[in-house]
Amino acid sequence: MQKIKPLDHLILILGAAILIVPVLMAFASSTHSAAEIHMNGLYLAPGSEGVATYHKVLTQRGGFTGEVTGARMLLNSLILGVGFAVGKIVLSMMAAYALVYFRFRLATPIFWAIFTTLLLPLEVRIMPSYQVMSQLHLLNTYTGLIVPLLASATGTFYFRQFFKSVPDELLEAARIDGAGPVRFFIDILVPLSRTMMAAIFIIMFVYGWNQYLWPMLMTTDEGFFTLMRGIKTILQVWVGSQIPDYNEAFALAVLAMLPPLLVVLVFQRMFIKGLTESDK
Amino acid sequence: MAGITFQGVGKTYAGNVNAVREVTLEVADGEFIVLVGPSGCGKSTLLRMVAGLEEITTGQISIDGRVVNRLDPADRDIAMVFQNYALYPHMSVRENMAYGLRNRRTPRDEIARRVDDAARMLELGPYLDRKPRALSGGQRQRVAMGRAIVRQPAAFLFDEPLSNLDAKLRVAMRGEIRRLQRRLGTTALYVTHDQLEAMTLADRLVVLNGGRVEQIGAPLELYHHPATTFVAGFIGAPAMNLLDARIEGGRVMLAGHDLGPARGPEGAVTLGIRAEDMHPAETGLPMAVDYVEELGSGRIVHGAIDGQPVALALAPGAALPAHLALHIAPEALHLFDTTSGKRLPDALPRPARTGVPA
Ligand SMILES: Nc1ncnc2c1ncn2[C@@H]1O[C@H](COP(=O)(O)OP(=O)(O)O)[C@@H](O)[C@H]1O
Ligand SMILES: [Mg+2]
Repeated sequence: MQKIKPLDHLILILGAAILIVPVLMAFASSTHSAAEIHMNGLYLAPGSEGVATYHKVLTQRGGFTGEVTGARMLLNSLILGVGFAVGKIVLSMMAAYALVYFRFRLATPIFWAIFTTLLLPLEVRIMPSYQVMSQLHLLNTYTGLIVPLLASATGTFYFRQFFKSVPDELLEAARIDGAGPVRFFIDILVPLSRTMMAAIFIIMFVYGWNQYLWPMLMTTDEGFFTLMRGIKTILQVWVGSQIPDYNEAFALAVLAMLPPLLVVLVFQRMFIKGLTESDK
Repeated sequence: MAGITFQGVGKTYAGNVNAVREVTLEVADGEFIVLVGPSGCGKSTLLRMVAGLEEITTGQISIDGRVVNRLDPADRDIAMVFQNYALYPHMSVRENMAYGLRNRRTPRDEIARRVDDAARMLELGPYLDRKPRALSGGQRQRVAMGRAIVRQPAAFLFDEPLSNLDAKLRVAMRGEIRRLQRRLGTTALYVTHDQLEAMTLADRLVVLNGGRVEQIGAPLELYHHPATTFVAGFIGAPAMNLLDARIEGGRVMLAGHDLGPARGPEGAVTLGIRAEDMHPAETGLPMAVDYVEELGSGRIVHGAIDGQPVALALAPGAALPAHLALHIAPEALHLFDTTSGKRLPDALPRPARTGVPA
């Protein structure tokens, strides 16, 4: 055992505090009323309005049309996050499989073409993507929200690197054992990739969950609103003498934090287990 | 169970690398054939062509009388054991062995029976539900063999299966492979670069050099009648001594000493002598001693005759005189053509001999 050094601990505690205090503040403030927050600023101690606020943001119909509830937005965000993560994993695994295991002439140039799109952020191609979706009449649909963003250079790249590290003999043994391309993929590669899939799921879920610009363009129907837009809408009501519902915005923000937290916790365990189990 | 026939088999890799050239070989049913040669001589390539993992560039390979050139590995009725075992890391030992049978839609109870049989034969019973990473190298090797056995193939293909094991385990596994193959009577092709492993396992050896077959024969046949200087220098530990000598007046002459009669053409010749065929004597070829390797069961004396390096095998108790002179029986001499390296066939009258390889 190493000697416990007080200074090290102080630094760690400080670091943890810097990360945790804002979260705590958001949570504590969400349990006070909007007026209190407006007058006294942010709180670090919980107040008494918590249950009411959370009940309200989850169930009360809001938005311009008064149709969308917090629960609905939560569901939309979940659909987006999970749809992104699962879709991206499926697509990029299949793309990487083709690139690594099938000998076709242009595999390398195609890979590099995919790879260079890594450098282009979504915002660069957002207008053409929007136009395509609009012409396909896919605005205001989950398909339109999810499908255009599924092609993933990052995922393809990671899976390609991973597949390349799988020993050739495994493929050869499987071929002798009578496994065709589909069997090999499902029986050998997919189980071996579990760690990789967990890691990419975390990244992509959070990525999908935090999308703001794309859903805003793609959907005008408030039934498709996500949490990120909901928070924004709450803070946008500076009309007359009305105070924005800070407490509700905070409550939504806290709610918005929970699912990614859960995903990280669950998949991280799988991820670490995968890392320690593999003997490479 | 079946024989394997190679007819003028050749392999050219991209970039015009001729890895294997013109291999013709008839493997009998149940025979244990070892392909041996230095690293890069094309052993693996030849084996992988049988397995269907490499295309056959020229020639034909048949298994059990059926040409397999265009068949998928799975349809060739062979099983292969790889150097790094190639076990599926996420499957238990049982699943590893069953996987090939499952893909062939073998009935469940038949799979269970075969896996249990193989596990008993290989003493893997207690490990059936473990994952490969929880096994030692030797156990993994056994699982790889089990995977081959349960398939009951026409032939086993081994590609340096013991190279990743420590020396002691290697000797034990060597015996086990040989016993298993005998018991199952399955034709086996075994690749190794280790001549000792080759000698101890093979019914017949195929010595490869630069993609070509140098010689095919039983281990002792190769030991006592190497067809080329390459085989002479590759088989046996220590390898056969190869010395520049001359044939003059129908006699083999080395460093001015007459070693015996020769019927070959006059002039330069390569003389081969096994280390154990030279014996210290009162008079004879003088040998300068460099250093001695003690093996316990004997000693190897390294030195030079006529400035050419030589190894001499001595019995454990034998004294090492200060001035070493060697007697060599005339029938222990091997003569090779100096330029082609080929054995001069009738250079010496040779009585039939038997012996144990070193
Ligand atoms: N996939 C390949 N592409 C090109 N050359 C290869 C390939 N595989 C092997 N070779 C070459 O073929 C020769 C024989 O290789 P190999 O059969 O693996 O030798 P060994 O198993 O006897 O060590 C070597 O010179 C090697 O470099
Ligand atoms: Mg090899």
